[in-house]
Amino acid sequence: MTRLVIKGGRLVDPSVNIDGLFNIYIMGGRVGTIKPADRDTTELVEGAPGLEVIDATGLLVAPGMIDAHTHLREPGFEYKETIKTGTQAASAGGFTSVLCMANTNPVNDNESVTRYILDKAKAEGTASVHPIGAVTVGQKGERLTEFGELKAAGCVALSDDGVPITDGTVMRRALEYSKIFGMPVVSHAEDPRLAGAGVMNEGAVSTRLGLKGIPNAAEDAMVARDLSLAELTGGRLHIAHVSTKGAVELIRSAKARGVNVTAEATPHHLTLTDEAVSGYSTFTKMNPPLRAQEDVDALRAGLKDGTIDCIATDHAPQSTIEKDIEFDKASNGIVGLETAFSLAYGLVEDGILTLHDIIRALTINPSKAFSLNKGSLRVGSQADIAIIDLSKTWTVDPKKLKSKSKNTPYAAKTLKGVVVKTVVNGIVVYDGAK
Amino acid sequence: MKLKRKDLLGIEELDRSEIEQILSTAESFKEVSAREIKKVPTLRGKTVINLFYEPSTRTRTSFEIAAKRMSADAVNISVSTSSVTKGETLKDTAKNLEAMRPDCIVVRHSSSGTPQMLSKYVACSVVNAGDGAHEHPSQALLDMLTVKEKKGRIEGLKISIIGDITHSRVARSNIYGFTKLGAEVTVCGPPTMIPPGIEKLGCSVTTDMNDAIRGADVVMMLRIQMERQKESLFPSVREYSRLYGLDDARLNGAKNDVIILHPGPINRGVEISSEVADGPYSLILDQVTNGVAVRMAIFYMLLGGTREESHK
Amino acid sequence: MPWRDPLKTRVVMDEMAIERAIARIAHEILERNKGTDRLVLLGIPTRGYHLALRLQKKIEEIEKATVPAGAVDATLYRDDLGIKKTQPSLKKMEIPISIDGKVIVMVDDVLYTGRTIRAAMNALMDFGRPLAIKLAVLVDRGHRELPIKADYIGKNLPTSAKEGVKLHLKEVDGVNEVVVTEED
Repeated sequence: MTRLVIKGGRLVDPSVNIDGLFNIYIMGGRVGTIKPADRDTTELVEGAPGLEVIDATGLLVAPGMIDAHTHLREPGFEYKETIKTGTQAASAGGFTSVLCMANTNPVNDNESVTRYILDKAKAEGTASVHPIGAVTVGQKGERLTEFGELKAAGCVALSDDGVPITDGTVMRRALEYSKIFGMPVVSHAEDPRLAGAGVMNEGAVSTRLGLKGIPNAAEDAMVARDLSLAELTGGRLHIAHVSTKGAVELIRSAKARGVNVTAEATPHHLTLTDEAVSGYSTFTKMNPPLRAQEDVDALRAGLKDGTIDCIATDHAPQSTIEKDIEFDKASNGIVGLETAFSLAYGLVEDGILTLHDIIRALTINPSKAFSLNKGSLRVGSQADIAIIDLSKTWTVDPKKLKSKSKNTPYAAKTLKGVVVKTVVNGIVVYDGAK
Repeated sequence: MKLKRKDLLGIEELDRSEIEQILSTAESFKEVSAREIKKVPTLRGKTVINLFYEPSTRTRTSFEIAAKRMSADAVNISVSTSSVTKGETLKDTAKNLEAMRPDCIVVRHSSSGTPQMLSKYVACSVVNAGDGAHEHPSQALLDMLTVKEKKGRIEGLKISIIGDITHSRVARSNIYGFTKLGAEVTVCGPPTMIPPGIEKLGCSVTTDMNDAIRGADVVMMLRIQMERQKESLFPSVREYSRLYGLDDARLNGAKNDVIILHPGPINRGVEISSEVADGPYSLILDQVTNGVAVRMAIFYMLLGGTREESHK
Repeated sequence: MPWRDPLKTRVVMDEMAIERAIARIAHEILERNKGTDRLVLLGIPTRGYHLALRLQKKIEEIEKATVPAGAVDATLYRDDLGIKKTQPSLKKMEIPISIDGKVIVMVDDVLYTGRTIRAAMNALMDFGRPLAIKLAVLVDRGHRELPIKADYIGKNLPTSAKEGVKLHLKEVDGVNEVVVTEED
């Protein structure tokens, strides 16, 4: 039986509130024992068959990260990303599990699509893939999908992400009906009429650039509706990619009232403002759009106080056909899996969040929000691990990204925190040295 | 004398001395247009492509005449955005045009930022002939030239721009231009057509047309797009005209030596009455004449001379 | 007054010399043209234009008749626009009357390669068909690159190509003189 030993690293596991130097012994894909590095007298026979030792001295060892919001694009848009390249990007970013959105072609609104994704992931993937099924058939916002069938096939949540559910009754029924299965309904909270033909945040920058704006109210109004519906139904709501100050405040007060809601924010909404759009780079176009500094500050505060549970990438690969065109015609989205940790760690370096804050938001919190039973390295848990060098920097070179698409606004940016190795089920799936 | 840049993308990026250089050069070029033989050999052998994704007879013709009076070869390409070949990116279009070795591409596009993107893709000069609701630098320059000629100065003047500010590239370029030259700019329109944060561009804002007209040295009327009614930006042409249209009665509240500008084409009886448009205060046709001179100056300053610095 | 290095500069014409040259050219023009009939003086800006105005004044003194004077800017017709790094600023273009059938005397300060004169003649042709074009210069320093010859010359000044010849005029520079500078 293969054994893997990760020696001498700084283990940070917010799920059990651990932060210290430990040796981790992994057997059969699970965490066997964890011993304090300075008191570990275990003698390892170097070169013993099946034994792999990783010296993690000076490195961070954390539970493998979980991305609650990824677009793997397969089936249907394999020219943008495939399950293979998407999970490779995940591995390179220290993610061991990804939840993939249903806006594929065909839409993941029935078990055959779900099974296709899972079979592909099993055959070609380097990370665990957890599909999110569509809430409505074809993401048309009309008829509910068969939640039971989707759950049985392996979906962990429901979402029409990319398309807001405008009919309040449909959203209400989804929140009610999903209670049978304990599956969260993930809301892309946006009032499409208010957002109109907007292509960026509405404000002084959109005015200067002459681009149509999307007001914060487009998000705030929909978040308010969904929170009311969650309160009404007692259903399980997860708000995707929160971007506004108003939404953070609404979620904070809803949580205080006991509404069953969790929320996520993306690394880009936590690090960039709408000023980034100034050069008309289509790599700064996403939905929701990059907002103002006060929104960024609110998101950071929300993450700090637990209003925002997860950091999720909204990894949205787009090819040159979608991006090398006029700004207002370009498609939304950026790739995010490979830059997520470093961007989050930048907030630690800047003294805004702690290392525990960001690892919690990238591991145990998404696991809890989607009942994945992952994101922890307590004994007996699945050995999904990220090993990261916090002292090193790297410069983002789009050509070197594992993702099939290169649409990142962070090209040429130097970021701190380099993923050294990623382990899934006790097996090294990514080695930065190779 | 040469612009410090390969492209003219907007007034925002120009400094005061650059604007003044273009205006004084344009004054010299007005003389050429007044000759019997309205042609100088200055840009012989240079090729200018007018790439218009939006119909605009006036601006396109003005650029074309300007190029031809300088002896450049001007080629017009009109592209209706709907007919753009699917699967071809803007970058592909740019690279294809560049392969024909033009010296300058003049681009008009309904999408803001397109000239900026284009300029990154090509080594030749790019002139923005109007992009979305962003900028229309040659229009602002000709407006400034017209005001400077009539008033003898720009510094200290009060300029009021009235109409749909939200969707107006002319308004934005003029706010930058006139404030850089020391004028005070006020924008005026219904709150539905005043974009958030416009004052950050350096102007003040009012929704009362009488306020905007009182004490103004220059009143610039903007064309109202009828289809904005459908977006609930104003309830009816009648009401818009009543609140923000310029007629003789309104003009009574203005200074005696006020001048009226309009980037054209005008909607007679909507934002401007015929008697005002054709009246003694109107400089609408001077604007058109100056447009050619300004565009000749732009070509002269961008295209004459060798290009030392290498572009990507 | 423009600064100059006294070791590398020598004055070859002073105020009096310039004045005398202008007077002589004025007389020569009148003599060869047999009066002021059909005469138009067009100076090449900046200093050639001021010389034309001085000639106009001198002719007025002699002949009690005013000859039209103006400026012909050759900038847009130059042959080096595509070679120079920056474009020259546009100067004054002022053609006071129709030049058709007129005898144009173009006036410039220093005649050197002849290229400016070529450009100025091309510019003139765009304004009409003169009966004749004559050329008056204050200094002819030689080194012609085009087959161009002045009709009226204030001073012939053999120079080396390394030297620079400059006319300074009160109207522009605050002093009247022609200097030769040794260029590094």
